[in-house]
Amino acid sequence: MKRSNAPILWGLFGAGGMLSALLGAMLVFITGFALPLGWLLPPGAIGYDTMLRFVQHPLAKLFILAVIALFAWHAAHRIFHSLHDVHIRTGLLARLACYGSAAVMTLLSAWALLVLGF
Amino acid sequence: MKPAVPDVPVESAARVEPAFSQRRPYTRPMGAWWRRDPFFMVYMWREVTAVGVAAYAVLLLAGLLCLMQGEAAWHAWVGWLRTPLSLLLHGVLLVAMGYHTLSWFDIMPKTMPMLFVGGKRVSGALITRLGLAAAVAASLVLCAIVLGVTR
Repeated sequence: MKRSNAPILWGLFGAGGMLSALLGAMLVFITGFALPLGWLLPPGAIGYDTMLRFVQHPLAKLFILAVIALFAWHAAHRIFHSLHDVHIRTGLLARLACYGSAAVMTLLSAWALLVLGF
Repeated sequence: MKPAVPDVPVESAARVEPAFSQRRPYTRPMGAWWRRDPFFMVYMWREVTAVGVAAYAVLLLAGLLCLMQGEAAWHAWVGWLRTPLSLLLHGVLLVAMGYHTLSWFDIMPKTMPMLFVGGKRVSGALITRLGLAAAVAASLVLCAIVLGVTR
């Protein structure tokens, strides 16, 4: 019997949904306002050397990968299942566009984190 | 007496109708169906937050790729983050994420298995409140970590 991929996709959707529900708003505030505008944080916090050192920490790598990948898979699954509601046919093309872009984003972020070194 | 209308379901009758028929059966318009009911609007706004979540993932990835390309690319990225366009975009994303948090824990009692404590079912309102409290706590911990790391 062919196994369904639904539980995996649902799991990624749930994990991404939970992570973004718990931390999404604070993350947007930190990376979109606090860091670039220097609110509450020292002005050097967004400097190249500081950021490079931060990203080279294994825990930071894991966290960044989790945020980018899980957010992408969550959004892909939710958008794919909403296509029918806005009268877009959900064929192979839509499936590839949604889950394919999540997969590409996962691979790109993993590759960038590896290239940035430890 | 024979009935004037053949005794077949309406849908199958419509299907055998020839293309040149003058008959124009009513088809319910389905464009923007979500505007019909506030419940559908809540559903649609909840689904739309996924676009915000996707956009934020793209922004983070873009920043990461800039960091990978070196100092000049990183400074260009930080420069863009300070533009009004970026600040406006992040403002919209902040609202979307906030609404995502509210709606995620609002429907959590329906999406998770029933929860029993001491033989009694935990109420949906309590699950929602606990979820929101967890979001606040997790956000404060993240904030504290960032403040600690950047010190």
